[in-house]
Amino acid sequence: MNGILILEQMLNGLQFGLMLFLLAAGLTLVFGIMDMINLAHGSLYMVGAYLIATISAATGSFWWGLGLGIVGAAVFGMLLELTILRRLYQRDHVSQVLGTFAILLMCNEGVRLIWGSQPLSLNPPASLAGPVELMAGFSYPAYRLFIIGVGLVVAGLLYVLIVHTRVGMQVRAGASNREMAMAMGTNVRTLFTAVFGVGAALCAVAGGMMGPLLAVQVGMGESILILAFVVIVIGGIGSIRGALLGALLVGVVDTAGRTLIPLFLNAAVGPQAASNAGPALASILIYILMAGVLFFKPRGLFPTHG
Amino acid sequence: MTKQTTFFKTLLATAAAVTALTAAAQSNEPVKVGMLSTLSGPGAGLGIDIRDGFALAVKLGGGKLGGRTAEVIVADDQASPDVGRQTADRLVKRDKVDFMTGVVFSNVMLAVGAPTFQSKTFYVSANAGPSQYAGEQCNPYFFSASWQNDNLHEAVGKTVADKGFKRVALIAPNYPAGKDALTGFKRFYKGEVASETYTQLNQLDYGAELSQLRATKPDAVYIFLPGGLGINFIKQFVGAGLSKDMTLFGPGFSADEDVIKAVGEPMLGMFNTSQWAHDLDNAANKKFVAEFEKEYGRLPSLYAAQGYDAAKLIDAAVRDTKGKLDDKAAVRKALEAAKFDSVRGAFKFNTNHFPIQDYYLRVITKNGKGQVTNRTLGTVLKGHADAYAGSCKMPS
Repeated sequence: MNGILILEQMLNGLQFGLMLFLLAAGLTLVFGIMDMINLAHGSLYMVGAYLIATISAATGSFWWGLGLGIVGAAVFGMLLELTILRRLYQRDHVSQVLGTFAILLMCNEGVRLIWGSQPLSLNPPASLAGPVELMAGFSYPAYRLFIIGVGLVVAGLLYVLIVHTRVGMQVRAGASNREMAMAMGTNVRTLFTAVFGVGAALCAVAGGMMGPLLAVQVGMGESILILAFVVIVIGGIGSIRGALLGALLVGVVDTAGRTLIPLFLNAAVGPQAASNAGPALASILIYILMAGVLFFKPRGLFPTHG
Repeated sequence: MTKQTTFFKTLLATAAAVTALTAAAQSNEPVKVGMLSTLSGPGAGLGIDIRDGFALAVKLGGGKLGGRTAEVIVADDQASPDVGRQTADRLVKRDKVDFMTGVVFSNVMLAVGAPTFQSKTFYVSANAGPSQYAGEQCNPYFFSASWQNDNLHEAVGKTVADKGFKRVALIAPNYPAGKDALTGFKRFYKGEVASETYTQLNQLDYGAELSQLRATKPDAVYIFLPGGLGINFIKQFVGAGLSKDMTLFGPGFSADEDVIKAVGEPMLGMFNTSQWAHDLDNAANKKFVAEFEKEYGRLPSLYAAQGYDAAKLIDAAVRDTKGKLDDKAAVRKALEAAKFDSVRGAFKFNTNHFPIQDYYLRVITKNGKGQVTNRTLGTVLKGHADAYAGSCKMPS
């Protein structure tokens, strides 16, 4: 086994984990504070990515696309909250699942109507398209390093926002005891809308960052949404710290599973069987991780509810 | 004259009249073609090119196929065998199409085959050519106007061996055509296989595969990753700095206009093989390339060429049977004769209804106008047939 391979996989895992965190952060706040299951969270990720790809293509600049796309997705998220989701808070989880699943389907069809069913291509800016030599014999894609950097910065900002500001205090209060927070005079309505906007903006950051690595296409939010739910269950619903740790755990385990399991199986059962079993085993690994965490800590690693 | 002969004469006359009537009805009725292709998701570019190539041939023929008005029913299989099978069922049973065509992916093709062949509808493949249909499961209703899945890869295998590469890493998606691809490659490349990786057909992030390549250190990498998969792989391969240390090879699928449009200059110098190239020197091809560029404002890919040829093959079959498509034996004979001017030059069918044709080596360069595109270097395999024809016992 060689050191560079492991190092590179750790970096890949870190990069994937941080992107998951951006998705999970919004999801966990909405779930934690409003007790609201939002299956349309992945749609915000998709809409963000489409806006970023479209604006980038129109302006010829990735940065303009990223900036305006994030604002656009935040506005879209807040509109969604103000018009539809707000009506679902008082309902039970089944109604919320049905309602937000409908929104997810409508977003997919809407995107298909506007942009067509062909994936859009989004290229990283030219300055980040090449490799960076981290040490002799090991270059790592500059763009993935950039994603790691952005992920860390956003995580830091969120930490400051949640732990050291008044709004953050209200958010935390809302997450641990909603009734009490309301009784103490928190303007929950505005707070909810703002949290939704921040969640949507984080989704758009993730969508826009992942766009050049993956493809901007209809339904891109669904596969990643499931992982985001796993992350918030592992981390503890409503906890940003838990979301970060859970996301990194899932990212590293998923990446390592995808690489190392086929590598070992390859020698044992041949490449084709290995590639059948590898991804399956890797995804099982994540659920085993989740089951293990829930067994020892049923409320997740960092529970917020009292 | 006995009563009996009168009866037979009347019968014959009635039969003739009925035949004449149906023939008349047939010539007014359009030829129906079910164009079932992948029009969404990462493989959409391939299906769209097939559809556009086919439509161009129909348009240039004045909206007709073999003298009869053409009605092309376009449907999306979403690259899913389930959706493909259901849609094929609908096309052959409800819409009663005369021909089916267009499927991009071999796993979809294997699912679409059963309902199509059961209803005795002729399938003219404009892409997928699974080894199953070339060998033991060969079928009188299946015709490939493209190639057998192994073929382009066999040509790359030969090229890589001829160029003296000793350690090659292989990557293909885990589905029937991916397996065919690496089998084909290894049939002609006899050096060391440094690693053999099968990825998921919907995979778009190749971080794990790239770090394995860095650890394995092969001197060449062979990828068969169609459409969006290849686009992502090549971008990430260059982004990871691996293009300095290893030479990238691919079949035409991983290095055609759809991929070049998305990746651009990083692809310069990539070798690939194809049964067709836009600079092949024959009259049919020159017309096709010029008309395609005029109609759609982009260079055609090999998928577009295959769609165009599929339409031309159907056109020839309808023409040579004089539009009598109910006579299945005659249609089959006309398809087998393949009397059309293929844009790829020499083309004829083998006994298993797969083509015997030439395969060319191409390299990605800048052309006179500064566009990044393929240039043909020469012929790798001449009059090449697939390896499965021997095990096909075609029912007569």
